[in-house]
Amino acid sequence: MSAQPILELKNVHSGYGSIKALRDVSLKIYPGEVVAIIGANGAGKSTTLMTICGIVPLEKGDVFYNGVSVKNIAPEKLPPLGLCQVPEGRRIFPRLTVEENLILGAFYRNDKPEIQRDIEHVYSLFPVLGERNRQKGGTLSGGEQQMLAIGRALMTKPKVLLLDEPSLGLAPIIIHQIFDIIADINKNQGTTILLVEQNANLALQAATRGYVLETGQITLEDKASSLLHNPEIRKAYLGE
Amino acid sequence: MIQEFKKIWKQYAIAMLWLLGLLWPLLGIHPDGTLSFKQTITVWLYILSGTFICFIIYIINSSGNFKFFTKPIVNTSQKLSEMVQNMPSWIWKSALLIGAVIYPILTGRYPTDVAINVLLYICLGLGLYVVAGLAGMLDLGHIAFYGVGAYTYAILNVKYGVGFWVCFPLAGLSACIAGCIVGYPTLRMRGDYLAIVTLGFGEIVRIILNNWMSLTNGPNGILGVKTIGILRPVMENGLTFEIFWVKKLEIFYYFALVLAILTIIAVTRINFSRIGRALEAIREDETAAELMGVNTFYYKLLAYAMGAVFAGFAGALFAARMKFVSPESFTFLESVMVLSMVVLGGMSSIPGIILGVIALIVLPEVFRELESYRMLVFGLTMIIMMLFRPSGLIAAKRKKMMENKS
Repeated sequence: MSAQPILELKNVHSGYGSIKALRDVSLKIYPGEVVAIIGANGAGKSTTLMTICGIVPLEKGDVFYNGVSVKNIAPEKLPPLGLCQVPEGRRIFPRLTVEENLILGAFYRNDKPEIQRDIEHVYSLFPVLGERNRQKGGTLSGGEQQMLAIGRALMTKPKVLLLDEPSLGLAPIIIHQIFDIIADINKNQGTTILLVEQNANLALQAATRGYVLETGQITLEDKASSLLHNPEIRKAYLGE
Repeated sequence: MIQEFKKIWKQYAIAMLWLLGLLWPLLGIHPDGTLSFKQTITVWLYILSGTFICFIIYIINSSGNFKFFTKPIVNTSQKLSEMVQNMPSWIWKSALLIGAVIYPILTGRYPTDVAINVLLYICLGLGLYVVAGLAGMLDLGHIAFYGVGAYTYAILNVKYGVGFWVCFPLAGLSACIAGCIVGYPTLRMRGDYLAIVTLGFGEIVRIILNNWMSLTNGPNGILGVKTIGILRPVMENGLTFEIFWVKKLEIFYYFALVLAILTIIAVTRINFSRIGRALEAIREDETAAELMGVNTFYYKLLAYAMGAVFAGFAGALFAARMKFVSPESFTFLESVMVLSMVVLGGMSSIPGIILGVIALIVLPEVFRELESYRMLVFGLTMIIMMLFRPSGLIAAKRKKMMENKS
């Protein structure tokens, strides 16, 4: 594992007005890793990702990407740098076609042939999207929408991909399919992945390392396999 | 058939009784305090018999007894629409253009006047389309930019004697600046809040125009705005130029036509460009668009400014045609009219909006004979329209751009 983390949160505080959602959160993500953040509802998992992207304003602390602070960088400047998020609840563009959704992922890019190639690549990862490329995004099923959201994020050519609850509201068989692809993206494209999940079992199986977030604070950090066998975690998050 | 009847007779009966209840206060209570029932009952009976016939026809139709009659009609109309779709687009485009060009020759002064109105409102509607249809920002003060454009030309012309062709771009520019001034602080807001702010802005502009006596001459308006002048070569003493004032409505019509066509081309180009796609993404989901690298604030401001520019151009032409501007022309009601045109035509299709403009300007003219019932019929038409075609006259089609690629 290389010495310099690709994404680092240093003592981050953030929240919504008087509600403090994150208190003193520090994370380190190294290139090529899959890191999972697990935690209950309202623990601040999504807020962490939204704070990294600058959608929720940072109050204290700092976020470093590739060693550079991104605290003052506007959210829309991050995809060109290689940092992209698949937001919670998918949030695809419902009245645009599948293909237009993907083209929007490549919004900051100007290399047309390359974009076309990447679209084909996304279709090869998710064949169902290729079949439905002219269908409006809103008419897809939940699983297909999640695939579209991931595909759209891949179009930004991310070095670090932030995934917020990719399993939300999906059937187990689809979840497995999606997690297979996430692993594939990590392995074959070398994309670093930060995964936020409520489904701790699934997330820890996919991840190399994991963080446990409780009411806005990191309470535990370990290898994913050890977390998976940690009796406390099993009790709190895996229902044993 | 009896089943169909059973399904809806109750609703029908309630509706008719409800109508009677509504009708009586309108017709039965007289200004001198007397009450009468006879007139109400007769009017109601007329309506009852009329709707009852419709009711019977509806029942026969929905139970399928008219199939022998309706089926061939549906078939032929489907074939026709297929034929139209298969026709190359330049055929109907050039047919429309030719029709638009010879229109003032074929018709008289009054229809030409109405047509100029339609063309100006097409510019306004398409400007609003960029803001409301593409970017999804509900703008209730769009007419303000029309006013800014009109007053820019009127003031520069009357006070400083500047000609139309210099003022025309300036009108667009000042509308654009006004758009940026309003947009910069307000576009961070979303949805309903933005609608209220734009509504406020529209009123502020009108009130300023109404009260700044030294500049705008207040509610009296500005009189004596010069019309468009063109230099035309004269061959009397060698080659000299003389200014030819466009006084004839027919010639003015062509100016409006050119402006409308340019606007249509420009907005179509915007629609299918990168900017258009960014705006649509913002309309669909602002946060997601931001996460995908769209500078949402910049694009929203751009959309707002572009919409304002088209309105400003139309405003300058409006001032040149009327030769008079006053705040009366830029009331909230006008904003609502423009918005209704856009919504009626189909929020996100350009041909739809053009049709919506034509419908909302021509219908009141057609219904002029009905006099005081005019607005009633107008409102009724809108309600029926929205009931049967809620996505507008011509619903948006997804882009062809994709087909070219794959």
